[in-house]
Order: sequence, then structure tokens, then C-alpha cells
Amino acid sequence: MTESQSSQNSKSDKPSWQKSIDLPSERGASRLVMDELLDKLGEHGWASADIFSIHLAAEEAIVNAIVHGNKLDTGKKVHVECFVSSTVARIEITDEGDGFDPTDVPDCTQDDRLEVPNGRGVMLIHNFMTRVEYNEKGNHVLMEKVQDA
Amino acid sequence: MAQYRRIGVTNNNDVAIVSFNDKKILDEASIQELGAELFGLVEQHNMGDILLNFTNVEFLSSAALGKLITLDRKVKASKGRMKMCNIRPEIFEVFQITKLNKVFDIRKDEAEAMTAFS
Repeated sequence: MTESQSSQNSKSDKPSWQKSIDLPSERGASRLVMDELLDKLGEHGWASADIFSIHLAAEEAIVNAIVHGNKLDTGKKVHVECFVSSTVARIEITDEGDGFDPTDVPDCTQDDRLEVPNGRGVMLIHNFMTRVEYNEKGNHVLMEKVQDA
Repeated sequence: MAQYRRIGVTNNNDVAIVSFNDKKILDEASIQELGAELFGLVEQHNMGDILLNFTNVEFLSSAALGKLITLDRKVKASKGRMKMCNIRPEIFEVFQITKLNKVFDIRKDEAEAMTAFS
């Protein structure tokens, strides 16, 4: 009990980490921020299952921004802001595209869509993160995961 | 014998047992290559029964799920059977959220899957 308490204290003592980066609109560009994000989550004591969830959500959202938002236009950037503490992980992603309406994405779990090969990223993001918010235009997403108390 | 970069294939009682070379299946180019190699098992090598062993896989993206769905459809279209095994809990949760656990035949390990094929 005492040990877990002390480990909790040492985790929360660790200063939070923030990073802001512009990614090129190229396939695979997420790796320019992902390894560091995953390292920081580990350093702040996040469990491996949570790191998996955040990794998946961030990867899906960045790919969506690059491919569907900026349509792989090399003249456009995807702006990513990360914040990691021992209790909160937040990733904000903004692209330079026309935006989308997340309520327009068809439900891939309906029987007649179960075998459609694409369209699962947004659903996974919503399931794996505590809070997901889009701006009105739909070219900015805020995703947050809060460590269970 | 076919040369593969993304998968390893062994044959056990006419079941093609497929392992994955990448721990993280997320890079778009790798996923395209993976898809081509998996589809080739059905389309070029006429493998009827396929077992995908996920022991090595720590992460996969929704684009990779798309390839698995397409493979499953191709296998079913050619009257074969596809099963999966050794899926770690985080990835199984991805299948549950997307309800793909209802589409795919998921087994605990290779032994259980092989029994189900026989």
C-alpha cells in the first residue's frame, strides 16, 4: 500500500511533457512524433494497455489528417500538439483540409457494413480515448485520455 | 517457393500457417505489401485453409484490419477457411470494438485452431 502510494507520488512529481510539431502530409509521417510520445507515456507511468490505446488513436487521427484532410498535398502540414502528465494524455491534431463531419461516418459495426474494409479509425479513437472533440469545421480534433483514479 | 517479406508461411496438414514479420503493422507501404502477400496465398498459391498466428504482433492499425477483412472475403469466396490465433488482449479489444470478432474465427492458440480445422 505504502509502496504504491509512494510510486504514485513519484509519478505525479514528474514534470509534464509538451511538444508541438508540424508534420509533412506524407504517409508514415506520424513516426516523426510517435516514438517520442510513446516514450513519454512510458516515462510518466502509463500502463501498456493505455499506451496501446493512445498510440492507436493518435496514429489513426494523424493518418486521417494526412490522407483525408490534407489529401497528401505536400504543400500542406498537419499540426500536432501533445501533452503528457502522469494522469492526462492529450493530443490535438489540425490539418489544412476542408474538414469532415464525424457524424457522417457510417457505423462499421452494422451487420451490412461489418465486412467493408475501411472506416474504422474514427470509431476506434472514440472508444479508446476519454474525450474526443472536433471543431465546427472538422479539421481539428482534440483527444484526451485520463488515467483512472 | 514464394519469397515473402512481411509474412512467414509454413504448411501443416494442408493448412497454411502464417506468421507476421512486423511487430507493428501500421506503415501504409508495409500494409500494402502485407495485403499483396496475404492475397497471393489465396489467388496464386490456392491455399484453402489459412491460420494467421498473431504471436509476434503488438500493434495494428485500422488499415491493417481492412486487409484482414478483404483476405477473409477472398478465402470464403474460394471455399476455404480462415482462422486467427494468439491475439494479445489489446488487439482482441480492437476486434471487439469493431465487432470483427463476429466476422473472424478467433482461437486461443495454434493447437486449438488446428483442431477446429480438422
